[in-house]
Amino acid sequence: MTLSRIRGARLLALAAVAALGLTACSEGGRQATNDNSGGGGNAAGSSGYTIAMITHETPGDTFWDKIKSGAQQAAKDEGVTLKYSNDPDASKQAVLIQNAVDSKVSGIATTLVTPDALAGSVKAATDAKIPVVGFNSGIDQYQRLGALMYFGSDENLAGSTAGKRIGEAGAKHPLCVIQAAGSVALEARCAGVKSAVPGTENLQVNGADDSSVVSTLQAKLSQDKSIDYIVTLGAPIAVDALKAMDAAASKAKLITFDLNAEVAQRIQDGKVEFSIDQQPYVQGYLAVSALYLNLKNGNDMGGGKPVLTGPSFVDKSNIDKILPFTKTNTR
Amino acid sequence: MTNVQTSPPSTAAPSEASNRVSLGLSNRLLARPEVGALVAAVLIFIFFLVSAPAFRSGESFFTVLYQSSTIGIVAVGVGMLMIGGEFDLSAGVITTTAGLVNSMLCWYVGMNLWVGAVVSLAFCLFIGFVNGFLVMRTGIPSFLITLGTFFVLQGANLGVTKLVTGSVSSTDISQIDGFSSLQKIFASSFKVGPVTVWITVIWWLLFVALAAWILQRTRTGNWIYAVGGNPDSARAVGVPLIRTKIGLFMTVSFLGWFVGMHTLYRFNTLQAGNGVGNEFLYIIAAVVGGTLLTGGYGNAIGVAIGAFIFGMTSLGIVYAGWDPNWFKAFLGVMLLLAVLVNLYVKRMSTARKVG
Repeated sequence: MTLSRIRGARLLALAAVAALGLTACSEGGRQATNDNSGGGGNAAGSSGYTIAMITHETPGDTFWDKIKSGAQQAAKDEGVTLKYSNDPDASKQAVLIQNAVDSKVSGIATTLVTPDALAGSVKAATDAKIPVVGFNSGIDQYQRLGALMYFGSDENLAGSTAGKRIGEAGAKHPLCVIQAAGSVALEARCAGVKSAVPGTENLQVNGADDSSVVSTLQAKLSQDKSIDYIVTLGAPIAVDALKAMDAAASKAKLITFDLNAEVAQRIQDGKVEFSIDQQPYVQGYLAVSALYLNLKNGNDMGGGKPVLTGPSFVDKSNIDKILPFTKTNTR
Repeated sequence: MTNVQTSPPSTAAPSEASNRVSLGLSNRLLARPEVGALVAAVLIFIFFLVSAPAFRSGESFFTVLYQSSTIGIVAVGVGMLMIGGEFDLSAGVITTTAGLVNSMLCWYVGMNLWVGAVVSLAFCLFIGFVNGFLVMRTGIPSFLITLGTFFVLQGANLGVTKLVTGSVSSTDISQIDGFSSLQKIFASSFKVGPVTVWITVIWWLLFVALAAWILQRTRTGNWIYAVGGNPDSARAVGVPLIRTKIGLFMTVSFLGWFVGMHTLYRFNTLQAGNGVGNEFLYIIAAVVGGTLLTGGYGNAIGVAIGAFIFGMTSLGIVYAGWDPNWFKAFLGVMLLLAVLVNLYVKRMSTARKVG
């Protein structure tokens, strides 16, 4: 055993030597960064407020990363201490909210994806006179639960607006690709598309495995040649869809929800028609800022109605402006 | 491969087999682990041929093969490991780890992708070694040890990616030196008439053939069956138990690395959270293919057929154009049927053993 370990170490050493030799001659890697973070803004906690942000993030999704970046930036700008926690499981998210109440934070921002499961914890917060704002999901329930404000996109509206837009462009039989089974928000988007274009069909794929997404889509495209539009509900899935369309020689057009750097590039190239962005960075930023203003100045936003951060369309007409922001992970 | 043995001893050696029960051809055939799976595969294949018109084309068949190969390559290793009596739950995430190590190292340091691929291979083999070493040294069931590795890798994938790239997906590496040559090896495809053949299908068949040869025709193969069937007696007759099992864990992580390379060079960027859940697909493929969960029984062809059944079922449902909400339910029924046919065939073959 020690022998094979030594052999392994020797292999590593060899690789390291080879790496040094090849280091100089490669391009396309990391660019030398001119770090501009840390400029401006207050020191964390200088305003004395502590805000807890609780989400149902499944670790590893670029989307949530942007919500977090927005929240962190807001906390920095306003001198707030931000405590971020997340759990995709409804009952565990409820416990996290309770934790925040117990630790007597100044304000709570939470997603309300499973309103009924979270109602008890949110009530505990309002009973303890801690202001709560909802964001990202729970647009129809946030008031009932006692949240003061809401920042997010109306998923159904986003779906139907997208549906209307492709309907006007002549879509008859769009395919709506759902990458996580049983998600209310994703189903709502597809339902929205279907309300505008009745011929919409849904397809379930395994979003955790790119090659499986491609072959499933490829199978669907060759099974049904009449599909003229593909609607993906997440940026990485859109990139997979392009590969599947290529492989199946499909003439369908592609639109997607959400953005990342690669999709932004494809929009500029004309491979993706447009993206429906709900601006996650803004959701995170506004949720923290609104709590800050409420604590400091008694403000509320939205005039008793949810503040919509989407649907915001990204297409050829505005991509040149937006593309740089996708690379800094803020759009 | 030079020593060609003519046929199994039961037919060729009558003198020393005088006290043995000799089986008829059909029973000997049925006693093989892969036959049940083969029958199930043929039945499911015919079923989809009948019910899904889009399934009846060469293109579709090769799409199914591609889907099967991405599961099947790792499943071959997992099957061998299960024959050897152990589990590896880290086999799904290690594919993502392999790709991330290669991609981020090269991107961050700015070096040739070939170097990153080799470093990534060494790293994966090291993880396989650690899995095997811990299992053998502590005697804790591999289910628990590799569950630990699974969580560590899952967390490290996300944490390290976030630290290095500032996001939870790796950066596009298609402009870095070595990309095109590595893509040729791991993620290219070629056309045969109208049909697109992915290179993973070829690799898959090669790995299956190699594993089948090792298991059936070499001393190492005998060791694998022995350590899975009865570790104590295997050790007593001089089988190098520790070396064999650690080797099996490293085989799984090697094949995980291979699929990780495919995913990386086909998709350029990787989502750090991906790969989770696939470890069960590998185990399912092995079990459907006739491998015993308790070890000591199974073979490589069976595991390959198991992976093929999985690929065929998951895509066949789409080709048939059924309601996608029922997808998992269909899949479950198909897999249950496959396992039942498997069991039935096996029981039939053992019931008539004395006759």
